[in-house]
Amino acid sequence: MTEIQQANDALESITSVDDGAEQYLSFLLADEEYGVEILRVQEIKGWDQVTHIPNSPHFLCGVLNLRGTIVPIVDLRLRFDMPAREYTPTTVVVVLKVEGVTERTVGIVVDGVSDAHNVKPEEIKPTHDFGGSVSTEFIKGLVSLDENMMMILNVDRLLSVEALG
Amino acid sequence: MSIDISQFHDVFFEESFEGLDAMEGGLLDLDVGAADVEAINTIFRAAHSIKGGAGTFGFMSVSEFTHVMETMLDEMRNGQREVTGESTNLLLESVDVLREMLTAVQQKTETDDERIAEVRTKLEAMMSGEDNVAEDVTETTSEVAVDDEEDGSASQGWFITFRPHQHLLQTGNDPVRMLRELDSLGDLSVEVLDDKLPPFSDLEPEDSYLAWNLTLKGDIPKEDVVEIFEWVDDDCDLEIVELMSEESDSGSTEEAEKQEAIEPEVVEVDASITSEPEVAISTPEAAPAAVPKAAAKAKAAPAASSIRVGTDKVDSLINLVGELVITQSMLSQIGDNFTPEMLPQLIDGLAQLERNSREMQEGIMRIRMLPISFAFNRFPRLVHDMTDKMGKKVELKLTGEQTELDKTVMEKIGDPLVHLVRNSLDHGLETPEVRLAAGKSETGLLQLKAFHQGGNIVIEIHDDGAGLNEEKILGKAVEKGLVDAEEILSPEKIHDLIFLPGFSTADVVTDVSGRGVGMDVVRKNINSLGGTVEVVSKRGEGSVFTIRLPLTLAIMDGQTIRVADESYIIPLISIIETLEVKTSEIKRVSGKGELYPLRDEYVPVIRMYDVFNLTPKTTDLEEGLLVIVEGEGQKVGLFIDDLLGQQQVVIKSLETNYRKVVGVSGATILGDGTVALILDVPGLMALYREPSLALVVNNDQAA
Repeated sequence: MTEIQQANDALESITSVDDGAEQYLSFLLADEEYGVEILRVQEIKGWDQVTHIPNSPHFLCGVLNLRGTIVPIVDLRLRFDMPAREYTPTTVVVVLKVEGVTERTVGIVVDGVSDAHNVKPEEIKPTHDFGGSVSTEFIKGLVSLDENMMMILNVDRLLSVEALG
Repeated sequence: MSIDISQFHDVFFEESFEGLDAMEGGLLDLDVGAADVEAINTIFRAAHSIKGGAGTFGFMSVSEFTHVMETMLDEMRNGQREVTGESTNLLLESVDVLREMLTAVQQKTETDDERIAEVRTKLEAMMSGEDNVAEDVTETTSEVAVDDEEDGSASQGWFITFRPHQHLLQTGNDPVRMLRELDSLGDLSVEVLDDKLPPFSDLEPEDSYLAWNLTLKGDIPKEDVVEIFEWVDDDCDLEIVELMSEESDSGSTEEAEKQEAIEPEVVEVDASITSEPEVAISTPEAAPAAVPKAAAKAKAAPAASSIRVGTDKVDSLINLVGELVITQSMLSQIGDNFTPEMLPQLIDGLAQLERNSREMQEGIMRIRMLPISFAFNRFPRLVHDMTDKMGKKVELKLTGEQTELDKTVMEKIGDPLVHLVRNSLDHGLETPEVRLAAGKSETGLLQLKAFHQGGNIVIEIHDDGAGLNEEKILGKAVEKGLVDAEEILSPEKIHDLIFLPGFSTADVVTDVSGRGVGMDVVRKNINSLGGTVEVVSKRGEGSVFTIRLPLTLAIMDGQTIRVADESYIIPLISIIETLEVKTSEIKRVSGKGELYPLRDEYVPVIRMYDVFNLTPKTTDLEEGLLVIVEGEGQKVGLFIDDLLGQQQVVIKSLETNYRKVVGVSGATILGDGTVALILDVPGLMALYREPSLALVVNNDQAA
């Protein structure tokens, strides 16, 4: 849980962004690093018991009570056809604001939150088409970090009503 | 000093629409021939405020149109015009036109000028047509005649006799200001008439006794003059007569006569006022009585997103919050230095907390409750218009209008109710001739009743008409392939057929009803509110449609059940009974479907784990329970693992952040903070019949 607290502290400490750079929260998923715009992140919380929705896709874990509203939770590993991992109290759920016809709140299950990065728009490189096996329609672009590469997710497309169906 | 008056537009529109509702209600209540002066006064006042408001805000088309109506109403209340069915209908039509105009102004869209002109012409025609007759019988309607002539024409000037009623000052109007404004229009000479001035000892400083003869010279449009007196023409005697120039009138005998006529006319009007003191006096008294009535009728507009809440309801909530705070501080005191001896106190405190929160919940729910008259008050008009059109005579009786209902339910029940009422008027009640031939009274009776029963509100629509024609319904149903010709159906079952999609027995499709898209939509809408609708009918005696609705959509009683590892909630209202079954009792249909014999009928068995694709704990019917539920008038048995408990649940939407799920109407949060899904019985039935529905929704959403 301390990891989550740290991440939430990091979220709160973000106040200003310098020279047009945007901040991204990066998280890990099967050793790959993904990023989402930090302003989309509503909160980061630990795993909680979810309620399964009948006849829903396998990657939708279920719904969760987030202070009185019902929030669907998506397992990103399953969404990207990666091997499943067991949910433990240290499993991290990133709650995101998704824009569509209306603004919705959706949670995603990730392996762990890693860092916040400042990224300038020009540093984002277009995605390559990896062929049929990897779905790149949900990737907005790629950013090179020191040694790693971060894939920036298109949250609105990834978690749209249609995509969650 | 400039004020942006556009900020008051919303208030003006709100009040005007309330005024229109009041006018409409008043007109419908008017007895033809012997109209109550008070009722006409109410209508007149509403029209008058709309006119005044529209004038102030510069909506001249509205105020001009209202002026014509007002003139007619004024004659009615002065007894110069008889209240006829024809004139009432025309006024009702004018109310509609006015409502359209106001809506157009409000939404800044185009008005239907043709229709406005048409109704206005009709109004004017009716007035001038009867004026000629009226002139012989009653005193000349000098005010009207003068008002009507030469609207907007410029002239040499105006001769104005302005005699305020005594209470003018109390209405917040000041003659001095009006005189000043007149002065700004042109060259004004003023002559004071102090004939009514009492001796100093009798003088009431708050009354106005003075009157004025005003001569206003200059090329001034009449509207400008009238506008100044706009707010007071209810509270004064006003004469506005055109001044003729010396040169022009010398040649014209006609005009000379007119000038002569001025003097006697003024006298006449004064006389008529003194001879009709009742009208003049009753006006200020009646005003406060009429205002609450208008306010109560207000808010009928379903689009209104705000609610008016009685202060008593708010006060009781404030009291409850006070109690809650006391309980809370008591509990925290116990918590600060808790010893085992204080346990009884703690338990007491918790019980008090429970009571407080329950009362709070009820109090807050009450805020959303509105009397059903908001849904009912459109029916007098509807019945009036429709019976006129169809040549039927119908008396409408409303009972239980004060029955309270949740605002959301109210908004959604309006259309189904209208449909049922239209249906009763069109298909149920007969024409006077048919009724007389059947030995019934000429006038049909249509009754709308609302009352509470258990946790439900029941709305009944009674008519003493022909009742449902079973042979015709059955014939039609067979023809449309809805039932088999050989099937033997009880009368109740036949009556129920009218709720099937695509069913209509009307021989001719009318604009009233008969398109066959009616009753199934009614049932569907009511079901979607968690309610039911059924019909009881007897040939020749009439029909009763009964709608049952939950009082609120936000909270309901639920039964928690377990299926596999999941908990679900079934709305208690849809549960009929729960039974243990023996496998031997189950009948199989073509190897797939299962039927359970429940008394005299067979109900299909829906295995919940099946429709929800769960891994079952057991597939043996004897190890679980069968819950018989009803939805859309049909019974089914849900096979579940166990019943858990009953509780009130607060309904939350799944669609806010996710999407609609077939078979689930919403979700709720249980005491331990976890989410439980609320089952939707009609949805489950659909899913049972058509398992692919679970996938269809996805496509719908994607489209």
